[in-house]
Amino acid sequence: MSVKYMTALALSRAIRERELSVYEALCELQRGIERTEGKLHAYLALDPARAAKDAAAVQTRMDRGGVASPLAGVPIAVKDNICTDHLKTTCASRMLAGFLPPYRATVIDKLCENDLIIHGKLNMDEFAMGSTTETSCFGSTCNPWNTQHVPGGSSGGAAAAVAAGSALCALGSDTGGSIRQPASHCGVTGFKPTYGTVSRYGLVAYASSLEQIGPIARDVADCAALMDAIRGRDARDSTSVVSENTPYLSALGEDIRGVRIGIPREALAGDISPDVSSCILNMARELEKMGAIVKECNFPLMKHAVAAYYVIATAEAASNLSRYDGIKYGYRAAGDLPLCELYARSRSEGFGDEVKRRIMLGNFVLSAGYYDAYYRRALRAKAEITACFAALWGELDMLLMPTAPTTAPALGVSLGDTLGMYSSDRYTVPANLAGLPALTLPCGFGSDGMPVGAQLIGAAHSDARILAVGYAYQQRTDHHTAYPKEVRA
Amino acid sequence: MMTWETVIGLEVHVELATKTKMFCGCSAAFGGAPNTHCCPVCMGLPGSLPVINGEAVRLAIRAALVLGCRITENTRFDRKNYFYPDLPKAYQISQLYSPLGRDGALVIDLGEAGKKTVRIHEIHMEEDAGKLIHAADRPETYADFNRCGVPLIEIVSEPDFRTAEEVSAYLMRLCDMFRYADISDCKMQEGSLRADVNISVRPMGEDCLGTRTELKNLNSFKAIERAIAYESARQIRVIEQGGVVEQETRRWDDVAGVSLGMRSKENAQDYRYFPEPDLPPLRISAETVEELRASLPEFAHERVERFGREYGISAYDAGVLCAARSFADLFEATVRTGADAKSCANWMLGPVRKRLNDVGASEASIRLSPAAFAALIERVAEKRINRAAAITLLEELLLSEQGMGADIDALIAERGLAQISDGGAVAQAVEDVFARNPAAIADYRAGKKRAEGFLIGQTMKAMGGRADPAAVKTAVGEALRRLLEDK
Repeated sequence: MSVKYMTALALSRAIRERELSVYEALCELQRGIERTEGKLHAYLALDPARAAKDAAAVQTRMDRGGVASPLAGVPIAVKDNICTDHLKTTCASRMLAGFLPPYRATVIDKLCENDLIIHGKLNMDEFAMGSTTETSCFGSTCNPWNTQHVPGGSSGGAAAAVAAGSALCALGSDTGGSIRQPASHCGVTGFKPTYGTVSRYGLVAYASSLEQIGPIARDVADCAALMDAIRGRDARDSTSVVSENTPYLSALGEDIRGVRIGIPREALAGDISPDVSSCILNMARELEKMGAIVKECNFPLMKHAVAAYYVIATAEAASNLSRYDGIKYGYRAAGDLPLCELYARSRSEGFGDEVKRRIMLGNFVLSAGYYDAYYRRALRAKAEITACFAALWGELDMLLMPTAPTTAPALGVSLGDTLGMYSSDRYTVPANLAGLPALTLPCGFGSDGMPVGAQLIGAAHSDARILAVGYAYQQRTDHHTAYPKEVRA
Repeated sequence: MMTWETVIGLEVHVELATKTKMFCGCSAAFGGAPNTHCCPVCMGLPGSLPVINGEAVRLAIRAALVLGCRITENTRFDRKNYFYPDLPKAYQISQLYSPLGRDGALVIDLGEAGKKTVRIHEIHMEEDAGKLIHAADRPETYADFNRCGVPLIEIVSEPDFRTAEEVSAYLMRLCDMFRYADISDCKMQEGSLRADVNISVRPMGEDCLGTRTELKNLNSFKAIERAIAYESARQIRVIEQGGVVEQETRRWDDVAGVSLGMRSKENAQDYRYFPEPDLPPLRISAETVEELRASLPEFAHERVERFGREYGISAYDAGVLCAARSFADLFEATVRTGADAKSCANWMLGPVRKRLNDVGASEASIRLSPAAFAALIERVAEKRINRAAAITLLEELLLSEQGMGADIDALIAERGLAQISDGGAVAQAVEDVFARNPAAIADYRAGKKRAEGFLIGQTMKAMGGRADPAAVKTAVGEALRRLLEDK
């Protein structure tokens, strides 16, 4: 039985029905990784020996019976900004190139409690800052649909591996679209939960008030199952909240007739690839056929989202990344240097250009004399965007819009156009600013043969509802079951 | 010659007496082997997150209430960003935009000069930094993060002080009240209370404030007084010589007795404060505030006044009794059990205080129960046991667990300590002692009156220390007089 293109839920079921063992599944996955990594470069760390040991332990528990998780026995890889105490956590930065955390993230505990096997760490933009995975200090990941193109970012390794079949499912993090945009570019399903649904403890912080850990997987059902495994209030994260008790998985299959879906006029206007807008409109028609009520709506503040996002995110990043000073751990510049020079040299040499750019931007917007003009105004824009969403929920249940204005760009194009790269985040950052759940799922292909993703955004804590709509769509369509020809596990 | 007025404001940092740190579960205890009270959170490791210590917030609210502050209903934390090797996150979680308490006041007692109200601008919560230890013999510095994350409050006063005496009176009152309310142990030598002094001078009668300097590294009351005297004199000298005082931070060098410039206003740090995104706002309900207000104790200065009124104890004695809350508590509980207030005070200020000093124990380590203590005092008053024997018993019971439920009467009986007041027994003992000490008798006859004391001592000894000393003294005196008359 081939594991490669099974969903995580199907694999766990097959293991339980003794069609194959946990170890066999893991081995086949690892053979796939060996075949693809040369072209893809999705992984930063693998530990086959430890994974085999964990697989054996899970197998024993499953053989004894009583393992409840619908994902038991499934190998999973996680983005390299999620702390693992058995695999280095580098954030794809020279700064943390050798860093092995003495503790692990809450989501890692939860994956283990659910008997998943963490077999590798995935490439990303350095400290999750980037939209292409090209800012990784270990080199870019390629898009499996066309290796001349980027996979998107920052969770590019996760999206590329799931698309190529070299990972069954993965955890990424989403600060301004870092799960959804690469999922869209790689033709897989990704989900950013309502802020606070998943504990951030052990997620190396980029912009604390905006980011969430979430799943990247083959389909909505796998995402829902992973969400059920990792969510929950965590005493170690004061911003985490209690989410609904009912499994998201059990909400799938709900009738979507009568669901009111809005398409913001602003989302399909302006600088957007016609391929992308026609895919979104096709999806809208499909949803209508399924009984949903689709109508146009207005979201005039969307044009301010990118500016507000980059002010808030860089301000928090500047502060969050100040701890990397070369003193206690991480990269330290060579030589016996005076304190200030040690700081300056360690940070100049340890961080890449994009990270340094955002640290400087963030310190600028927080400095005396500029705080009110930038940071305070950005917070106001954030509040107004949140209010704008809240007003929409009076007459709508969710929004449908593109995840990105184009399909995945070619390698090397974005790095020379920072502003262009920032502005391509315009569809994803509003959900981060307002803390809303957002799902990205494949809805077709561009004329370049690259996948196009659509995004569903719902009100806070309507995570199960938008997953149910995405699931219903995937029951009727097959975009999510297409696989790249060029790189296959 | 112009007369000058010194204007002083204080920023006082106080470590709260919690078991654990402000944002993690590590011990907040002073000392410990370097880097043993640490975890990923207080070490600021990547991915770690702070969680507010509720007990620290409660203590901080109590402190704000002690200082008469308005409590901010929706308070929150902010990040103060700066690089230093003792600050592992490179930011301190503090409060800028909505501090816990505002607009307080503290009345200080200046003795003959009367009372004075010092206005409190604000009180806010924050976390302490670690400590750097510089090697003496080589160019190396070691970091100890045990103190990093210990809960602190910062109390910012208005510039209401005019003299070092006022500053001292304020700090002492602050310490007394915080210790009484179990908010902090306020030990300056351990750094659990630290004061930065803002100081400026102006011509007497002038309303505008002069340019201030901020003095740091003041590690004792003495240092604060000296630094204020030095710095105000320095500023006056600068102005009188036609110069201008620069706004700057100065470091007090206690050995040299001088303040030295650290950084000027131009080089002042920009801390880039912004709201701490890892902690949601903290809502403090009116009920919580009232509950904490009700939990505040009667403070030392209030108690001293009451002891004068209720028990007729002098202000000085009441001050000693009330210096530590548990000491004053023992006094009152003992009196409530029935002991006479005056003699109880005398016992506490005499033998009890002496015993604590002799063994170097704190008031909090007293174990003797008020009931046992009262019984001991009463038995002495009733002459059922003499004072010397009572002191021996007190010393034995004061600090031992046995003192908690001691039955004084049973112990007196068991040890045979009951005072012998039988006149015949005393007379017999005196007779025996006189018979055994003809030399002393001869001395006395020869006019050496000291011999009388010797004979009293010998008689007490012969009676195993259990006789009533007054009765023995009388009996020996009478016997000697009889001897002289017989002559």
